[in-house]
Amino acid sequence: MPDATGLELIAQELRTAAADSILDTSFHRGRAELRIEPSSNREVLAHLRAKGYRSLASLHGVDYEPEEPRLGVIYEMLDMVNVDRISVKARVSIAEPKIASVVDMFPTADFQEREVYDMFGVEFEGHPDLRRILMPEDYEGFPQRRDFPVGGEPVLFTFNEEQNYGKFV
Amino acid sequence: MSTASEYRKREESITMSAEPAGQSRSHELLTLNIGPHHPATHGVLRLIATLEGEIVRDIRPVIGYVHTGIEKTAEDKSYWKVIPVIERMDYVSYYFNAMAYCGAVETLLGIEVPPRAQYLRVLHLELNRIVSHLIWLGTSALDLGAMSMFWYCFRERETILDLFEMSSGARMHTRYFQVGGVIEDIPPGFAAKVAAFCKEMPTRADQYADLLEKNEILLSRLRGTCPLDEETLLSLGVTGPLLRASGNPWDLRKAHPYSSYDHFDFKIPVGTEGDNYDRFRVRHAELYESTKIIEQALAGLPEGPHIVTDRKVALPPRHELATSMEALIHHFKLVTEGFRVPPGECYYPIESARGELGCFVRADGSAKPARVHMRDPSFVNLQATAPMVKDSYIADLIATLAMIDPILGGVDR
Repeated sequence: MPDATGLELIAQELRTAAADSILDTSFHRGRAELRIEPSSNREVLAHLRAKGYRSLASLHGVDYEPEEPRLGVIYEMLDMVNVDRISVKARVSIAEPKIASVVDMFPTADFQEREVYDMFGVEFEGHPDLRRILMPEDYEGFPQRRDFPVGGEPVLFTFNEEQNYGKFV
Repeated sequence: MSTASEYRKREESITMSAEPAGQSRSHELLTLNIGPHHPATHGVLRLIATLEGEIVRDIRPVIGYVHTGIEKTAEDKSYWKVIPVIERMDYVSYYFNAMAYCGAVETLLGIEVPPRAQYLRVLHLELNRIVSHLIWLGTSALDLGAMSMFWYCFRERETILDLFEMSSGARMHTRYFQVGGVIEDIPPGFAAKVAAFCKEMPTRADQYADLLEKNEILLSRLRGTCPLDEETLLSLGVTGPLLRASGNPWDLRKAHPYSSYDHFDFKIPVGTEGDNYDRFRVRHAELYESTKIIEQALAGLPEGPHIVTDRKVALPPRHELATSMEALIHHFKLVTEGFRVPPGECYYPIESARGELGCFVRADGSAKPARVHMRDPSFVNLQATAPMVKDSYIADLIATLAMIDPILGGVDR
């Protein structure tokens, strides 16, 4: 992990390279995190990749209800040479959950962006094949959102398939 | 013209060239559905294969058949009650799931795990790695037509599961790892049994090699089939034995040691070609290395507590409940509400049997996690199936799928 100073240096570089891209930085329990403007995610990741964070170790979504903007997309960047990690977080609102896809830069993001779309409803613009991946294709709703109830979902049988397929009561 | 000669004539049209699927007018493409229930798919995986004769031109994995919403369930449970459900994600390597999750929560709490607990964790993690690799070896050999390997591998697996039962009371999904350490110290006689197993395991692994290494059929099925270069694997985020088979020695146990892995002397097996044979050899060699780590962990097992003594996080010992009022209160608080974790986020990666298993936990200050996400190596590694098997025979697809070793419980979670 870069230390707190190293994180600030990276953030400063990014502020110069791409204006208004960095909203905030945080350093908590050894985890360095850049909070970025969602529209600049590709720029920031490209810059980090040039700095040595060449691998996207993980991409996942978070719901920050009741905070706004609610949804978070987190990129865990990894530098395999210096064994260093940095997290990049972009927050998008529930009204307009859109962010640019990074599949062309990191092919590993393909399944993971589909999963975030499936679970949180974040639309990745430019993704080659943005479909549901774990839930059924015709499922309604985004189950990992915090306001989505646990349980209460009728068990699917052949006789009630037409009425309640994928709907929760 | 006889049917046989007609077939030969049609076969002539099949080329191994990397022509894009569906582009040519002269070749007919067949879409074949494999799975979701098929013995060679290692779980409920469905593959939609586009074939040209026997050659795979494109393949699309369809997943989600065993999606059980464990990440969602975890948000509704207090921190220590999440461990049993998280263990059921990658159901073959349950200790790794628990380790990644407990590590993340411990980081958020700022707990230092006692050395004895760290060594006990390493011991069980490596036993679990052997279990996982034995299941892989047995079922992969089964896919390639070698029935007997399955029984031999499951015999050794049974020995380890008996050890798990001895230390934790359960054979699978043991809930042995707790936030702050392990639930109980190892029982008397356990060390001797582990030592006996470590003595036996290298011999057994030698026997597996003798059975498989000189088998002409197995070698021709594995050697040179479906290789993938390091660069592509890295861009696809593939980690673990699959990446090491291509020559990249990336292993988090060495690169970024956790749970005192830096105390042990072991080697990272790497391949040269990145083909199925290297994938097989790398995992097989890891059986020996894991045995070495277990021996060292057992020999150097430090004295001391097996779980943190902080009563706000770990349950008090059973005997204290009868004599100490504080212990009773702590026990009651922990069992009913659970402990609270200060707000924060953590991503804790470990090297599981299949690659980088990262657990992301977001705490919001309450007694339940606000988000638990597993970056499961099976899920990410599965994306490499299509580039690996493109323009190879469908029989090699089955072999490659066996060598990728996806666990569908981890893929779908």
